[in-house]
Amino acid sequence: MTVTPEQLRAVALTQDEYERIVTLLGREPNQLELGMFGALWSEHCGYKHTRPLLKRLPTTGPGVVQGPGENAGAVELGEGLVVVLKIESHNHPSAVEPFQGAATGVGGIVRDIFTMGARPVALADSLRFGPLTDQRSRALFHGVVSGISWYGNCLGIPTVAGETTFLPEYRDNPLVNVMCVGIAQRQALVRARATGEGNLVVLVGADTGRDGLHGATFASVEDPAASHRGVVQVGNPFLEKLLLEACLEAQERGLVVAMQDLGAAGLTSACAETAARGGTGIEIDVLAVPRRETGMTPYEVMLSESQERMLAIVRPEHLEEALAVFRRWELHAAVIGRVTGDGRLRVREGDRVVADVPVELLTDACPTYVRPAAEAPEIIARRAFDLDALPDLARSPAADEVWLTPNDALLRLLGSANLGSRRLIYRTYDHTILTNTVVPPGAGDAAVLRIKGTSFGIALTTDCNPLYCQLDPFLGAQHAVAEAARNLSCVGAEPLAVTDCLNFGNPERPDVAYQLERAIEGMASACRALGVPVVSGNASLYNETAGRAIPPTPTIGMVGRVANIWRHARLAFRQGGVVLLLGPWTATLGASAFLATCHTITAGAPPELDLELERRVQAATRAAIADGLVWAAHDCSDGGIAVALAEACIAGEVGGDFDLAPLHEANGERVDRTLFGEAGSRVLLQVAPDNEATVTARLDAAGVPWLRLGIATGEHVVLRFGATIVVDLPLSLLRQTWEQALIPDEQDAAR
Amino acid sequence: MRVAVVTFPGSNGDYDALCAVRDGLGVHAELVWHTTTDLSDYDAVILPGGFSYGDYLRAGAIARFAPVMDAVRAAAAVGKPVLGICNGFQILTEAGLLPGALLRNVNRAFVCDWVWVRVETSRTPWTSTIPEGTVLRLPIAHGEGRYYADPATLAALERDRCVVFRYVDALGNVTEAANPNGSLGNIAGVCNAAGTVVGLMPHPERAYDALLGSASGLLILAAGLNVASARPVVVSGLEAGQ
Repeated sequence: MTVTPEQLRAVALTQDEYERIVTLLGREPNQLELGMFGALWSEHCGYKHTRPLLKRLPTTGPGVVQGPGENAGAVELGEGLVVVLKIESHNHPSAVEPFQGAATGVGGIVRDIFTMGARPVALADSLRFGPLTDQRSRALFHGVVSGISWYGNCLGIPTVAGETTFLPEYRDNPLVNVMCVGIAQRQALVRARATGEGNLVVLVGADTGRDGLHGATFASVEDPAASHRGVVQVGNPFLEKLLLEACLEAQERGLVVAMQDLGAAGLTSACAETAARGGTGIEIDVLAVPRRETGMTPYEVMLSESQERMLAIVRPEHLEEALAVFRRWELHAAVIGRVTGDGRLRVREGDRVVADVPVELLTDACPTYVRPAAEAPEIIARRAFDLDALPDLARSPAADEVWLTPNDALLRLLGSANLGSRRLIYRTYDHTILTNTVVPPGAGDAAVLRIKGTSFGIALTTDCNPLYCQLDPFLGAQHAVAEAARNLSCVGAEPLAVTDCLNFGNPERPDVAYQLERAIEGMASACRALGVPVVSGNASLYNETAGRAIPPTPTIGMVGRVANIWRHARLAFRQGGVVLLLGPWTATLGASAFLATCHTITAGAPPELDLELERRVQAATRAAIADGLVWAAHDCSDGGIAVALAEACIAGEVGGDFDLAPLHEANGERVDRTLFGEAGSRVLLQVAPDNEATVTARLDAAGVPWLRLGIATGEHVVLRFGATIVVDLPLSLLRQTWEQALIPDEQDAAR
Repeated sequence: MRVAVVTFPGSNGDYDALCAVRDGLGVHAELVWHTTTDLSDYDAVILPGGFSYGDYLRAGAIARFAPVMDAVRAAAAVGKPVLGICNGFQILTEAGLLPGALLRNVNRAFVCDWVWVRVETSRTPWTSTIPEGTVLRLPIAHGEGRYYADPATLAALERDRCVVFRYVDALGNVTEAANPNGSLGNIAGVCNAAGTVVGLMPHPERAYDALLGSASGLLILAAGLNVASARPVVVSGLEAGQ
């Protein structure tokens, strides 16, 4: 077979890669084999550009039961239980068909969790879109949120956490990262390792159609909308629910040796990866695969990405019992092949062998690339922006000679799409089903779930500030890890593990290669410093259109453990409680939400991060919550201290009078930097007046800097520098502004 | 006493209902498969929430043909307490065991939130121990929860005291703002003429523990099971509205 450039383009392989295949195989691949290589050697499946870098991440720890390499990671919880976690992107499909793209993203990540023998208990979504003022972005936003709502609600898994950011850079490449968390008995964890020669390969769930051919390849090239329309799959959450229950039942009854869901690259990937992990081979017959269309070629069967399918490895003596379980749940299940001992993936169509390739060539032999990396000069220049040259806000609301008053700036930030209430989104997600939700979305910095039958619970969050990452990917990724851990600490949870989703542009470009490398280094250093291993993850590259890449977005999904479920914290201030600021007093306007919202500038360096201080602040916060000394805790990040105070007041339906004079002094007497400047390692802690002395003594002993800001009380939020009042706004106005941030104005509604 | 919680393909609130009855009230409950044709061994039946058969076509439209529904009908006929929650309510209306229908929410979006509902009558088993006018805090989570009935049916419902729950504000007032889905008359739940079959859109089984935000759903479950059982079912340390 002589391969043409068109054929190689269709499977997204380079001429060099093709020659590598020929050399390794000792012959030219046939068309099906070439398609299989194309899918498995795609960036999506083969991690060509990230594999060498991912080795730098810490992946082990005393609690780690399963690190990267399986369908999901798993960490010890206690009492024989583990928490299983994984995050995955569905960016490219969502850009083309937002509703189904997001829905099947939920379906895929949920399968990754129950494949492991874990019952999925929670979902979280990290979403990025262009500005809501842009019609296309608004349509994508509504499509994605509706898709998640439809699929997750029908499955009956609560969506309890997440984040949504709107920035112009995501206009053509929205990001949809979905995280799922499950609970399993440690002893009952199932791995995707096809072992035992002669064991049977059973395909369960949906019949196979022509949908999603080459989805893995499609997710690994630029500008998907232009080149790959029509490859997005259609989800069926009802079928997935049956598959979920049937698989958990079969696993619980010990009827499966291994399980692997069919996602990107369909049967090809599922067979190759289970065989590779098991150190075996697999032989299957495509004629045995139940189909929903006639006339499908082996190529189409092997590369279809039809949803809601699962591969199970079953001992012959358990076959009848396993099939009976699947039948009871009204699912199709068919024996399509068997495990062999020859290390080859052999595909038959009846008697004819249509592909025969050593498994390790498809998986381990995938080439990896370390591209030349160099930071874009434009970013260096933007980082050097002179923040001191900006005009400061007025010293008090009365002094209107300056361009913007502190009152106006606070309202503008709270009413902005990036900082306003997310209720409009999470109200469409079922977050109370499964009766575990203790701290629901919006009530705390992370969601808290109980674990039935125990006295402990888990907390989860997703975080990444793309403004920080854009201006400094190393520091930005460090902040993403630190903020995720801080959010967990603010509800009283000890961080356990990270699952990461690396969203970047085209890694073949030096500036993107630089972002990728630096972000991973930043993640690695922060994870080490805070003692949180990375146990699973996913990479989505080529998120760019017409040469314009998204900001580097290493989304951090993190899970923590609440030792005593009754000892958790929320963000709502209570009447009469003393508010303390923990952490550094100095802040910066660099890469801040204030700069982006009020000046429409993304520039300056993100805040410095002292990871040792971060660790101490978080430990002190957790300890105070665990000892029942805390009324409220809230991370102080985007929008600075003024926004954080306002959020906690709004949540608690109480005003407050807070003196920021020492901060004003520490921030060069700039009003904007004091109120809206950002810094890492900052937490607002509210304590009962009776406990103030105890808590501050402990903070001193722990070496945590703190500042007493004032008391939550009344119906106004007042911020002052000593005797000078700089912000004074009625709580009702703050609340109204914040609540309406995502509500479309009438002009939009009319369109 | 034995309580049956029916699992249809696509039910997802079945386990929650089981936990609420078992862990919240200490009463024995079992999941019963949709192909079961005999429920005579059970003292009460709960049709749980979820998306039976994917809610394809229309919520509850396919589930009403499940074999178990004849057994549910038989249980209702002999006066056993039957409770339909959310999708269970939709199934009961589709099956003709309860009047009216549940339409798409008025804003066309799924809504998950906490609401207040007022108990309108104590004549059903499921409200028998709750004083009329009591306001309960319960979660809702549905896309098709807008209660609808034609004017004649609606008038009959009101006349015959078949409206069991109404969406209200925290003070117990029927207001438009308190109505989360556009239900006629702020109706959140109804019963059959005998009062033994009750359906409601809010989820009492998700409010069975103060840790979850409310335990007032237990009042409803306990009341029904109290009637079903020879022994009283006690909700300990709980006041209405908690």
